[in-house]
Amino acid sequence: MTPKRKQRLLMVCLMLSGVGVAVAFGVNAFKQNIMLFHSPSDVAAGAVEPGTPFRVGGMVIDGSVNRSSETLAVSFGLTDHAENITVSFEGILPDLFREGQGIVAMGSIDDQGTFNATEVLAKHDENYMPPEVAEALEKAGKMPGTAANYGSKTVQP
Amino acid sequence: MIPELGHFALILALCTAIILAVVPMLGSFTGHSGLMAIARPAASAQAFFVSLAYACLTWAFISHDFSVLYVANTSNTSLPLVYRISGVWGGHEGSILFWCFISALWTGAVAVFSRSLPQVLLARVLAVLGFVSVGFLLFVLLTSNPFERLFPVPLDGASLNPLLQDPGMAIHPPMLYLGYVGFSVAFAFAIAALIGGQLDTATLRWMRPWTNIAWMFLTLGISLGSWWAYNELGWGGWWFWDPVENASFMPWLVGTALIHSLAASEKRGVFKAWTVLLAVLAFSLSLLGTFLVRSGVLTSVHSFAADPTRGLYILLFLGVVVGGSLVLYAFRSHRLNSTATYELVSRETALLLNNVLLVVACAAVLLGTLYPLFVDALGYGKMSVGEQYFNAVFVPLMLPILFIVGLGAMLNWKRDKMKGRSGPLLILAVLSVVTAGVLATQLLSFSFAAVASLALAIWITASTVFGIVHRIRNKRKRLSAVMHTPAAFWGMSIAHVGLAVFTVGVALTSIYTEEQTVRMEVNTTHTVGGYTFTFAALDEVRGKNFNAIEGRFNVERDGADVGTISAQKRFYDVRRDTMTEAGIDAGFTRDLFIALGEPLEGGQAWSVRIQTKPFIRWIWLGTIFMGLGGLLAALDRRYRTVSSRSKAAKTSTGKAKSALDSMVAGSMASTATATDTPRSSGA
Repeated sequence: MTPKRKQRLLMVCLMLSGVGVAVAFGVNAFKQNIMLFHSPSDVAAGAVEPGTPFRVGGMVIDGSVNRSSETLAVSFGLTDHAENITVSFEGILPDLFREGQGIVAMGSIDDQGTFNATEVLAKHDENYMPPEVAEALEKAGKMPGTAANYGSKTVQP
Repeated sequence: MIPELGHFALILALCTAIILAVVPMLGSFTGHSGLMAIARPAASAQAFFVSLAYACLTWAFISHDFSVLYVANTSNTSLPLVYRISGVWGGHEGSILFWCFISALWTGAVAVFSRSLPQVLLARVLAVLGFVSVGFLLFVLLTSNPFERLFPVPLDGASLNPLLQDPGMAIHPPMLYLGYVGFSVAFAFAIAALIGGQLDTATLRWMRPWTNIAWMFLTLGISLGSWWAYNELGWGGWWFWDPVENASFMPWLVGTALIHSLAASEKRGVFKAWTVLLAVLAFSLSLLGTFLVRSGVLTSVHSFAADPTRGLYILLFLGVVVGGSLVLYAFRSHRLNSTATYELVSRETALLLNNVLLVVACAAVLLGTLYPLFVDALGYGKMSVGEQYFNAVFVPLMLPILFIVGLGAMLNWKRDKMKGRSGPLLILAVLSVVTAGVLATQLLSFSFAAVASLALAIWITASTVFGIVHRIRNKRKRLSAVMHTPAAFWGMSIAHVGLAVFTVGVALTSIYTEEQTVRMEVNTTHTVGGYTFTFAALDEVRGKNFNAIEGRFNVERDGADVGTISAQKRFYDVRRDTMTEAGIDAGFTRDLFIALGEPLEGGQAWSVRIQTKPFIRWIWLGTIFMGLGGLLAALDRRYRTVSSRSKAAKTSTGKAKSALDSMVAGSMASTATATDTPRSSGA
């Protein structure tokens, strides 16, 4: 091998090993950090093991929001109009969190079947429903009619 | 009447764009110079018509013309003028029209400033840009017409999303779009080079300033978006690895690789095929970003509407552009051979390594962004990839990049010897680590990650200074050596220091932020990160189109008064939206951040989020440096002096030079005469 070829070989090896290490990092991180989405019906059907982190989405049940008077703890019922689960959370709920509207929460269920949320996400917009929630509701056959703005081309999930 | 005029102008723009895409390209193959000569006037006409359409829509916003559906959905009589103007790009239809507008401006700019390019090349470049315009104009006209009328006419509009009513959000989209669309110029050059089967130094020299400017806009655009998120979203974060953020970050990563690869190609004639591939990728990722953001596949403030035909259209267009250019690349790239050689220890190697790392980082982000979408599309359920994935992959990739940035700046082109170099390098490295260690332990608490990041930041800064000193040390007249150092070199140095500043900001903010979410009543105090926050008062405030509850907090540190922070919870009139306006006491070395959560027990107490965020300003300061570096590099004299005739033209223009003039002067090199000067400078 000429010195130049040797150098090129070295270069290619360096790069391949570098990319390899990066891919290994990536796949590893990937495995640990994907979070599946489940609907309250899935949860009720026992599709998720207690302690496994996942995302759950649905509508907040009217009149179910219950705040602690001393701490920032809050609990509320979440429904896909087929099944309900109770979500408990400690912290600040997003601005657009309201009763009767769609949200997505991240966390896991405990042995009693309560969902302990580490994060609660609400939609950004008055008429927008998270697609996961919309689909979960549709699956349960409980999709409510959505309010449009003006005309038909506006935000509809 | 005005909206119809706008619609008509848009149709005319489409017609000119079709002419621009087809005729000059045909001319370039048949060698018919008359056909090729159509390119420049067609580009200007297109720019005119799209600008006219855009002006019409802006007028509809300013004059509250709610008979236009888009205006009725996005504006309102109580909206301040500045947000009516920025509201034009505050919804789906308008933002796509805005994309067309920016694209037409870039195309027009290429037509004006690139007259010295060979006719065939210019014809092809403009034709490719015309093709991209056709794609987007068709998209507007077929699926998202912003001029659609509404009957009966509502008395008032639905108003702009309050999240978008912020100065940062008003200028973030234009910056971002200028960047996104700016890569279409590099893309057009790349495609023209592939068609022609050659990429010479002169062409590369043309590509560089355009790409640098686009990169600068993208950098600033992303930075503004992050600044906006920090101010408006109320959780005190500056980056969330949200798919929409990733959509803008991926073209940036590849664009960064591109500007460096371009430098190597132009200066040393290496990596030509790679440069072309990067140019194709950068623009493809810009299109992918548009698809992700606009098609509604993502849940985000950016996805205005979920209309499947729109998503399908962009996906098809994306397929044509990416597929077409990759096929072209596969058949033609072998003709772009790089003749120059370089050795293992050289600046080329450093640039190549960082290029590969940047592309790998981009691929990692792409995987994390697209994988959930694929899984969903294939019906395997819904999932999301968490922030931790991105941090876990991205940070380890960035560390070698930062190290090589410092190293590469100190190496020579073509070949360098480690012998005699390793001494100073080692000293510099040790000094960086020691300084970082001392700084971190003395000023803050010890953390391995903080020391490592600080060391890398110091390493980059030190090597940049070393590079400058090395450049002038052996010159006899040092001052004149400083004066004659090309702007591109200063641009590089400033951008690299910006990267160092950015690194410090990111590292220290993420390591030393202290956050507490607490329940507070008026006149209670709470201590976070050494600062004592007293909830002083709670008032009601009236804004132009919102009511707000404002909490005032007095801040003390060690008994000394630091200041007062006001945080608001806003209730917008029209859309009945609630918004958190965080109260921020900004400082060079730390920000104090307070956001009101929700009222508890009928408003007596509030949940409050309090954060102390060391050095967070450095993140945006760093990006400003990077942008400035990009601008300086684009303004380098070398891009203007293409031939001796351009020099003559330049002296006749006098000293008044702006950014654009410098390119004009270069563009006059071979075709224009001195009489063109006043017109071009005015352009």
